[in-house]
Amino acid sequence: MLQSPASPYSSVKGILKDSIAGGWPICLGYFPIGIAFGVIAQKAGFTPWEIAFMSVVVFAGSAQFIGVSMLAGGAGLLPVVMTTFMVNLRHVLMSSSLSLHLGDMPRGWLSLFAYGVTDESFALNSALFRGASWDWRHALVLNHTANAAWIAATVAGGFCGGFIPAGAFGIDYALTAMFLCLIIFQVRGGLYVVIVVVAGGMAVVLSLMMPGNAPVIIAAMIAATVGVIIKRMCSSGEGDAAP
Amino acid sequence: MSLEYVLTVVGMGVVTYIPRWLPLFFLSRRRLPQWLVEWLDFIPVSILSALVLPGLVTTGEPRHMVLFQPELIVAVPTLLFAWKSRSLAGTVLCGMGLYWLVGKVL
Repeated sequence: MLQSPASPYSSVKGILKDSIAGGWPICLGYFPIGIAFGVIAQKAGFTPWEIAFMSVVVFAGSAQFIGVSMLAGGAGLLPVVMTTFMVNLRHVLMSSSLSLHLGDMPRGWLSLFAYGVTDESFALNSALFRGASWDWRHALVLNHTANAAWIAATVAGGFCGGFIPAGAFGIDYALTAMFLCLIIFQVRGGLYVVIVVVAGGMAVVLSLMMPGNAPVIIAAMIAATVGVIIKRMCSSGEGDAAP
Repeated sequence: MSLEYVLTVVGMGVVTYIPRWLPLFFLSRRRLPQWLVEWLDFIPVSILSALVLPGLVTTGEPRHMVLFQPELIVAVPTLLFAWKSRSLAGTVLCGMGLYWLVGKVL
């Protein structure tokens, strides 16, 4: 924490600037997805107000797509809520991992931060926490910058999405490119390459066999376990060599 | 906005928030055993890989394997660019540009 400000409020402007600058790839990536969601919801008969309400209260991309299509198909409260729960259970892993970096975050802010944990903000914050100057204040602002972009994009899609051409400027690839880059940033040695291959390979095989997000959760847990086992085996081997 | 819609969305919000909040609230102040810290430290790279790779080599619903689709073709130079440049902004723009170009050509 070498570059942390002396007092939490000494450079609010600096934190806002750094966090919003750090979060722009997410905002860029949320734009086409948010518009697409707004268009689909509007075509299914939802008003911009109803779209905004869901984006504010739920703030979860894939669950919102599934929720809208289920509601449009006449599904009731319980099936929609149960499905949403299953789809978003993967955030347990992400929040657990983020908690390693947030020991000094006051509980009230922590609860506000939790609301903004998504695949994208988790990926970006995890990478940025490796830098000395990134602390919970930055992470909090990043989460809510992304949230604001999501709400704005979904509502814009509800109003006028039909006018925006699909696939403009390759913007559909923004989040994939961000994820690929963040994988490269996370790879710090051969063990990480093994983990990437195990997690990615398992996820591909499992996604061919079962729908939904279960493959991501299972593959990630197995790959992290393999990583710990290999790390432990290597370090115990060193211990034997040099007693 | 009907009452049923409001209740459904609030229900969706609650079941989305709890998995996000529970681990943060209960784990962040706790001293975790070393193996768990190591395991959680491997979770970001594991989840990222598990999220992105199926989208590169599979498509459709239910999913089936497709090699040599634009997503995978563009991923290779994008990864190289990320590795050489260490720039997130540059990589995002590079990936978008290449994806756009491949879409024009194919």
